[in-house]
Amino acid sequence: MLLIHCPYCEEDRSELEFRWAGEAHIARPENIAAITDEEFAEYFFLRNNEKGLTYERWRHIHGCGRFFNAARDTVSDRFLMTYKAGLPKQSIPPAEEATAVAEEKTVETWEATEGDAR
Amino acid sequence: MSVSGKNIGAFRIKGAGRLTPARTARFTFDGKTYTAMEGDTVASALLAHGVHLVGRSFKYHRPRGILSAGAEEPNALIDVSRDAARRQPNVRATVQEVFDGAKISSQNRWPSLKFDVGGFNDLLSPFFAAGFYYKTFMWPKEAWMKVYEPFIRRAAGLGVAPTEEDPDHYANRYAHCDVLIAGAGVAGLTAALSAAATGASVILVDEQPEVGGALHADSATTIDGQNGYEWAQAAAAKLKAMPNVTVLTRTTVFGYYNHGFLGLAERVTDHLARPGKSSPRERLWQVRASRVVLATGSIERHMVFSNNDRPGIMLASAARTFLNHHGVAVGRKVGVYTAHDSAYEAAFDLKRAGVSIAAIVDCRAEPGEAVLAEARSLGIDVLTGHSVTDTFGRLRISSMTVVRNGGSNARKIKVDALIVSAGWTPSVHLFSQSRGKLRFDEKGQRFLPDIYAQDCVSIGGCNGTDDLAELIDEAIVAGGGSIALAGENRFEWTGGMIGAAEGAGPDTVVKAFIDFQHDVTAKDIRLAVREGMHSIEHIKRFTTNGMASDQGKLSNMHGLAIAAEVLDRPIPQVGLTTFRAPYTPVTYGTLVNHSRGDLFDPARKTPMHALEAAEGAEFEDVGNWKRAWYFPKRGEDMATAVNRECRTVREAAGVFDASTLGKIEVVGPDAAQFLNLLYTNAWDALKPGKCRYGIMTREDGFVYDDGVVGRLAEDRFHVTTTTGGAPRVLHHMEDYLQTEFPHLKVWLTSTTEQWAVIAVQGPKAREIIQPFVEGVDISNEAFPHMSVAECTVMGVPARLFRVSFTGELGFEVNVPADYGPAVWKAIWERAESMGACLYGTETMHVLRAEKGYIIVGQDTDGTVTPDDAGLSWAVSKKKTDFVGIRGLKRPDLARDGRKQLVGLLTNKPSDVLEEGAQIVADPNQPKPMTMLGHVTSSYWSENCGRSIAIALVAGGRARIGQTLYVPMKDRTIAVEVTDMVFFDKEGGRING
Repeated sequence: MLLIHCPYCEEDRSELEFRWAGEAHIARPENIAAITDEEFAEYFFLRNNEKGLTYERWRHIHGCGRFFNAARDTVSDRFLMTYKAGLPKQSIPPAEEATAVAEEKTVETWEATEGDAR
Repeated sequence: MSVSGKNIGAFRIKGAGRLTPARTARFTFDGKTYTAMEGDTVASALLAHGVHLVGRSFKYHRPRGILSAGAEEPNALIDVSRDAARRQPNVRATVQEVFDGAKISSQNRWPSLKFDVGGFNDLLSPFFAAGFYYKTFMWPKEAWMKVYEPFIRRAAGLGVAPTEEDPDHYANRYAHCDVLIAGAGVAGLTAALSAAATGASVILVDEQPEVGGALHADSATTIDGQNGYEWAQAAAAKLKAMPNVTVLTRTTVFGYYNHGFLGLAERVTDHLARPGKSSPRERLWQVRASRVVLATGSIERHMVFSNNDRPGIMLASAARTFLNHHGVAVGRKVGVYTAHDSAYEAAFDLKRAGVSIAAIVDCRAEPGEAVLAEARSLGIDVLTGHSVTDTFGRLRISSMTVVRNGGSNARKIKVDALIVSAGWTPSVHLFSQSRGKLRFDEKGQRFLPDIYAQDCVSIGGCNGTDDLAELIDEAIVAGGGSIALAGENRFEWTGGMIGAAEGAGPDTVVKAFIDFQHDVTAKDIRLAVREGMHSIEHIKRFTTNGMASDQGKLSNMHGLAIAAEVLDRPIPQVGLTTFRAPYTPVTYGTLVNHSRGDLFDPARKTPMHALEAAEGAEFEDVGNWKRAWYFPKRGEDMATAVNRECRTVREAAGVFDASTLGKIEVVGPDAAQFLNLLYTNAWDALKPGKCRYGIMTREDGFVYDDGVVGRLAEDRFHVTTTTGGAPRVLHHMEDYLQTEFPHLKVWLTSTTEQWAVIAVQGPKAREIIQPFVEGVDISNEAFPHMSVAECTVMGVPARLFRVSFTGELGFEVNVPADYGPAVWKAIWERAESMGACLYGTETMHVLRAEKGYIIVGQDTDGTVTPDDAGLSWAVSKKKTDFVGIRGLKRPDLARDGRKQLVGLLTNKPSDVLEEGAQIVADPNQPKPMTMLGHVTSSYWSENCGRSIAIALVAGGRARIGQTLYVPMKDRTIAVEVTDMVFFDKEGGRING
C-alpha cells in the first residue's frame, strides 16, 4: 500500500485515502468546440502510459478532497514529488532520477527473467 | 516415559528438552488419544509416541511423515478441530501447538491412514507424471468438466473445508513504528536490543511461540556467557519491559508491500484449550514501518534421492529441535545422510542422548575437520564419499541402501529414522517481496540479498552471514545503536548442495522427491525441460513445483539446480521464480476480519426505512441502498402488488420514498456558469423558483447522468443525480471545478443524506399535501410543473419541488432527514384515507416507462448520446462550451443509423419481452444474425392493459411503424416499433 504525501494537507497518508485520477498536465483545450478530430483524440483518448517517471493526478478523496499532481516512478512505485494542481510540470532533480533508474534495475521484469526463454 | 502416571511417549528422553513435565495436555489423532506436554507441537507430541505416519501425499497417496519442525513443513498437514464449526484443514503439525481436547485428523486418505485406496495411484504413477492432466484428459472435451476434473479433485487433494460458518471473530490493528524486525533469533533479538537502546519505537515479530529462532534446535551456542536459548528468553523479557518495544510472538510477517507497509498475522488463541470469549482467534496487523530489519534466518533443505519421502525421514535440524526443545528422540537407530556439517551436530546431540547412530553418510569426500573429529571421538561411523541411493519400509523407513560414490557395492543398513541435510537456504522471501534484487552466491550455492528497493536491511542467516560474531556485529549495526554482545559457536559449518544427489541423476527414473506437497520429483523437472519448458516460470507451472501451500521453501533451490543442469545453463541465468505474499498461508478469517455479514458492505437505509418495512415493503438493492421495491398486501404476489400500485397512482395517488436520489448543492456567484459547463443545457435563463431536467455528458459526448436541477436563488442550485451516480457525479464536478475551471467561484456539497424526499404523485397529490404546506401557494397557476420553493411542511423547513417521474401531477417534499419519518407518517396517513397507496421502485419503473422517461444506466449504457436517447432538445445550441460539446461532433456520434431509443409493442399484448433480448429485422436470416439492438426496459403495463418496452434500435426513429423480431430460445416475438410515450400522449395529466 502506497504512502502518499498530500501537498494540501502536508501529510503522508495511506493510499486508502486517495483515488488515482489519470495522467497529469493534459490541459483541456481553450477552444475545445473548434479543435480537429486529431486534436480531440490527442486530448481525450491518447495517453503516454510511460514506464518509469510518470506525471499523474491523484485526489485526496477521503481527506481534503483536493486534486493534486504527482511524479511517480511506475517501476519502483516511488513518489518523487507531489505538488498542487495548477502548478506547472515540475522537473525532477537528476539525482532523484538517477535513483529511479537504478531502482528500475532492481525489479524482476518479465523481460529480464523470461525474455531469453521467449 | 511417564510423568505422574501419564504416558507422555516412549520416545521422550528424560532430562532432555525445555518443556515442563508437570503440565500435560490430551488430544486425539485419528480417534486415538495421546498425552502431550504443554509446549509440544502436534508433530513433537506424535513423535514422542513414535508416530511418524501422519498423512498421504497429494497425488500418489504415498505415506508421509513429519519432515521439519517449523513453518516450512510441506508434508504433515492435519485437520485441527475444537468442535464441528471450529475446524481448520491443512494445518501444519509442526506449527500447531497441542491444547487439551484438540481433535486432530490426518487428511487425503480413505478408508484409513494405514490402508489408503488412493495409494493405488502410486502404481499408476507413470501416467501421473508432470503435466499429465494437460495431455491425458483433454479428450473428449465434455468429459473434462463432468468426469476427469471431479475425479482428479477427489483423488488428489488436501483437507476438506468446514461447511459451517466460522463462529470465531478476528481482530484488526494498524500500527506505525520506526523499526520493524522480522524474526527473533539471535540476529533479530540483537538488532532489537540495539534499536531499542536508541529510543526508537520497535516492533519485533516472530512466528514461533517463543523467541530464539534457530536456537530452538541448538545445544551448543553461548551468547553473553549464557546458553543461547536462555539468553534469547532473557533478551525478550528485557525488550518486553521497554515502553518503546512491542514483541509479537506467534505472529508471522506474511507480506512486505510498498513504502514500508507490512502485513502480520497473529495467532491469538489457537494454542489455548479454553480461549476467552472476548479474545479474537487471530489478529491482522497492518504496520507502516520507517525501516525494516529482516532477520528471517534460513531453512534447511532435504537431500534428493530415491524414495526420500518415507515417514521417518526428516531434516536434521528438525530432529535436533525435537530433541533439544521438546525432549523427543525421532528414532532409536538413526541414520544420517548429509552434504553439510550441520547434520553432524544433530547426530552428536542424539548420540549423547542415548540414541544409536547407524552411520553418518556424507556425500562429500571432505567434511569439516572439526565435526569429523568429534564424530570419531563419539564413536560414530562416518561414511564420507558415500550416498544413500534408496530406502525401504512401507509405512516408515526400515532401512537405507548406501553406496560408495561411483561404486556399485550397495549395502543395506537398518534404521528407524533417517535425518538429512543438503545445507541451508536463506529465507529471502520478504526481501524479494519488497522488490529487492537477489544475487547468486556461487560459493554458498544460494541466493542472497543484493540491491534494496526499500529502506530495509537483511541480517544473519537470510543475509548469508554464517559466523556468529559477524552476525551479532551486523545485527547491532542494523539496529542503529551500540551495545556489547559476544557469542560463540562450537563448530564452524561447511558444505551444502543443491539438486539431485547420487543415484537420482538425469539417467535415472527413481522417485526422488523435491516438492513433497505436490509430489514433484527430480525426473518431473527433467521431463518439463524435455517437453520444451525452458523458463523456470514455465517449469514451475508445468510441474507445479513450489506451487503448494509451502511455496517451495524446501524445493525451489533443488528444482532450479536440476533445471539448470538439464538446460546446461548457469543457475543465475535460469533464475528464480517470483516470491509472493503470503509467506505462509493466512486464514481468510484474518484477512476478511470484521468485513463480513452486515459489515461486509454496509447497507444504506433511508430515514423512512423502518416505516416502510412496517408497511410490509419488500426491498431491493440499488448500489448500497436498500430501496422499497413494492408493498404487497396480504396474499398479493409481486405482479399483483405492482399492478395495484400502478393503477392506484394514476387513479388516486401514490407516496414514494425518493430519498436515495443523489443531491448536490451548487453554490456561488458563478454557479450558473459552472452548470452551463457541466450540463448540456443552458442555465442562465432559469429563474429562481424553477427547475429543469438536465443532461450531463462526458467529454466524449455520451450521456453520463441526468436529473432535475432546481434554482433556489441566483447563486444556489439544488442538483439531483441518479441514485447510483451521486458519488461519481460529484467527483466529476469537483475534477472540473478544481482543475479546469478553478477561476469559477463555486462550492459543491453533497447533500444526499441531508434530505428525506417524499414523492406524492397522482391526481390527488395536491389535495394530499395541501394542509401540510405553509409559505407557498401550490396551485397550478402559482406553482406550475417544474417549480421549486423553500417553505415549511408541518412546520419543518422544506424544499418543495413540483416534479413528476410518473407523468401525473406530482410533488417531491424535501425535509431534513431527521424529520423524514414524522412528515412521511403524516402525509401517508392522509394519503391513505384518500385512497392513495405506497409504491416502490418497481411501480416507479413501470410508470416512468409508460411515459417514456429514461433511466440512465438502464436505457443508456455509456455509448448513448442525448440525441440517441431522444433528448436533443436538452442540448443547448447556443453555448460555445460545455463538457461533451466536442465529443458530440465526432463523426461517429453524428452519423445516421446510430442506435436510438424507441418504444416496442409486442403484436400479442400479453407477451412481455425480456430485457436484454436482441432485435433483428429478418428472423429467418442465417446465423449469426445481424442484430439491430436490444430491449432496455420491458414491463407489463396495467394502465395500458398490455406489455410495453423501450429498446435501443439502429436507426430506430426512422423505423417507427415497422415490424421487427425478437428471437428467443423457443419462439420469435414480432414487435412494432413505436415512439416512447405509451400513456397520456398529450401529457395533460401532469397538471392534475
